[in-house]
Amino acid sequence: MVKAIDGIDLTVYKHELLGLVGESGCGKSVTALSIAGLLPENAQVQSGEILLDGDDLLGRSKQELRIARLTDIALVFQDPMTYLNPVISVGNQLTDAFNENLKVYRNELIEYRLSQIEAELKRNVGDRAKLQKEREKLTSLKENPSLKLGKGEGKRLSRLRAIEYLKLVQLPEPEQIMKSYPFELSGGMRQRAMIAMALIRRPKVLLADEITTALDVTVQAQILKLVQELRDKIDSAIIIITHDLGVVAQVCDRVAVMYAGNIVELATVDEMFSHPMHPYTKGLFAAIPKLHGDSKEHLESIPGSVPDLIYPPSGCRFHPRCPMAFNRCRDVKPAPVEISPGHLVWCLLYGHQ
Amino acid sequence: MKNVKHTAMEGRGALMQSNGSPGKPSPPRTLVETRNLYKWFPIKGGLLGRTVGNVRAVDGVTLSVIRGETFGLVGESGSGKTTVARVIMKLTPATKGQVFFDGVDITREKGQSLRHHRRKMQMVFQDPYASLDPRQSVGSALTETMRINRVVETRREANRVAARLIEIVGLNPDHLARYPHEFSGGQRQRIAVARALAVNPEFVLLDEPTSSLDVSVQAQILNLLKQLQSELELTYMFISHNLSVIKHMSDRVAVMYLGRIVEVASTERLFAHPKHPYTLALLSAIPDPDPSTRDANRAVIQGDVPSPINIPPGCRFRGRCPYATQKCADEFPPYVEVEPSHWIECHYDLDLDPGELERGKTDLVPPP
Repeated sequence: MVKAIDGIDLTVYKHELLGLVGESGCGKSVTALSIAGLLPENAQVQSGEILLDGDDLLGRSKQELRIARLTDIALVFQDPMTYLNPVISVGNQLTDAFNENLKVYRNELIEYRLSQIEAELKRNVGDRAKLQKEREKLTSLKENPSLKLGKGEGKRLSRLRAIEYLKLVQLPEPEQIMKSYPFELSGGMRQRAMIAMALIRRPKVLLADEITTALDVTVQAQILKLVQELRDKIDSAIIIITHDLGVVAQVCDRVAVMYAGNIVELATVDEMFSHPMHPYTKGLFAAIPKLHGDSKEHLESIPGSVPDLIYPPSGCRFHPRCPMAFNRCRDVKPAPVEISPGHLVWCLLYGHQ
Repeated sequence: MKNVKHTAMEGRGALMQSNGSPGKPSPPRTLVETRNLYKWFPIKGGLLGRTVGNVRAVDGVTLSVIRGETFGLVGESGSGKTTVARVIMKLTPATKGQVFFDGVDITREKGQSLRHHRRKMQMVFQDPYASLDPRQSVGSALTETMRINRVVETRREANRVAARLIEIVGLNPDHLARYPHEFSGGQRQRIAVARALAVNPEFVLLDEPTSSLDVSVQAQILNLLKQLQSELELTYMFISHNLSVIKHMSDRVAVMYLGRIVEVASTERLFAHPKHPYTLALLSAIPDPDPSTRDANRAVIQGDVPSPINIPPGCRFRGRCPYATQKCADEFPPYVEVEPSHWIECHYDLDLDPGELERGKTDLVPPP
């Protein structure tokens, strides 16, 4: 049995960008998939809780989880081409969730359109009389839950909403994009479409798993900028999963460093980059070639490689590679020590463990 | 001639200490050179399978790698870096243009004389999972290369050299009997390096050698490559999309965009004073692992790399370039030396300002 993640405590707040960083196989993606309830068949959560707004997701039934995934949790993955359906237009993929679940989304769609109408009236664009008539109709629909939202009307509302979200992710000519198929878009545009698809349901949590890894640097810069700009415009907590410390430094507020299925250090980005405490974090920072300043002849490296998680090392999982390891590291699993407010490190070097 | 270097390898203990090169009588200063190199891949279409277009992967590349240096080649995916590498290594024929190795045109070389040159140039590929035969033990992979290239006389000698090679790259001789699946990514890349060194090359082409590795392991491999270079007096061409790795490894750097080199300079110059707008865009696009640079003026250029099938006339960067003028659309930019040994392919010698690159960005429409 591969023990992919082993005892992770993590909290993420609304409007926060939390980074989850680590090397391949450290359990970053498994953490994300567990939160989303998307673990593969052969994987199971052995113990623990995943709380969303205080409710345990793991206790929910399959149907309840499906609704949670629809409304509360959204994921964006590394390779948009794998997750977009090649034979369905972007527009249909964006509105699918609404059209298939009109009952769930009835009120939300109506309310969203009403706010759109308000905004348009305020900005004085479009046909005033027509907009007011539409507002009247929608308000009565909203106030009478017994009235059914027709399929055609639902489609129209979700389409208008989709266009708004394509604008939000800064895709040019959204009407055109709605009609196009994934292969007609470039990599960066696909990833923007994926982000729009995730955000359109106004999730409470957005999980972004290596979203820029497959992109070129110039396009990556565009997407990172978008994510930063979005953070205040949407009401979600955002978890960014990446192996790139540069992405973390530029985008995130707080960061958790993972190693072999454990979190080894958690702090704000500024604190983590200025005062890394865990030997692994220190090693990781020293191993990156520097872009600015003089380059050194020799890079610090961490000896060995990431352990096999079928037989993870005992005690602290980093001890076989740790330059500071002492005897107890082999036997004792470190508990978190708070170095300064909000800066936690899981290492026996600190505190009195 | 054949065994000169392996004899040198016997005294590796001594070599470990010596850092400087004894300065051998060096004929041409340039070891590898390409002149106006083109590689187009035809696109077949229609009923008769006629060529309907070309993917212009490499579209007129002239570069020279000086003996003993590390020449970095950087660019985004699809810029043609790897195709340049494959054409230099003669893994695929050039469409047009020439490749020189040690002053000899090897573009049309075949048979014996090609083998003679190929022995001196080796390549390390990006993916050590794909570049090693899963059914061949490491020892056999190393000795086979040596015997095919006739750098050793006997099997016993081959085994001896293989054991030495595996130690040089930081593994131990027990590993020779094992198969690639028994190794981690970093160890496999060490094996790939050992295999490249097995034939005593002068020139090693490293194509994204650390891209599939984790940072902590990447650092080990980069250190190994640097150490081997000084010990064995190797000349490297280092291809990567990762600018910080390129900066760490290279003496000179060439930046590729859509099949052409748009800027070449010494590493210090290129990183401190980029002259081509694309280079600046590339440099400022990298997420810097230092949160204090967060609010710095970062240039984000718009758009994507155009398709190498329909390359726009004139300057191929102009669609994304904030400085572009009518001249850029009408005329192909000249290749000019703006400072000694600093070349750019641009109509203008600009004082670049990262803020300017932001021009022309789309307006953000907030949701209601």
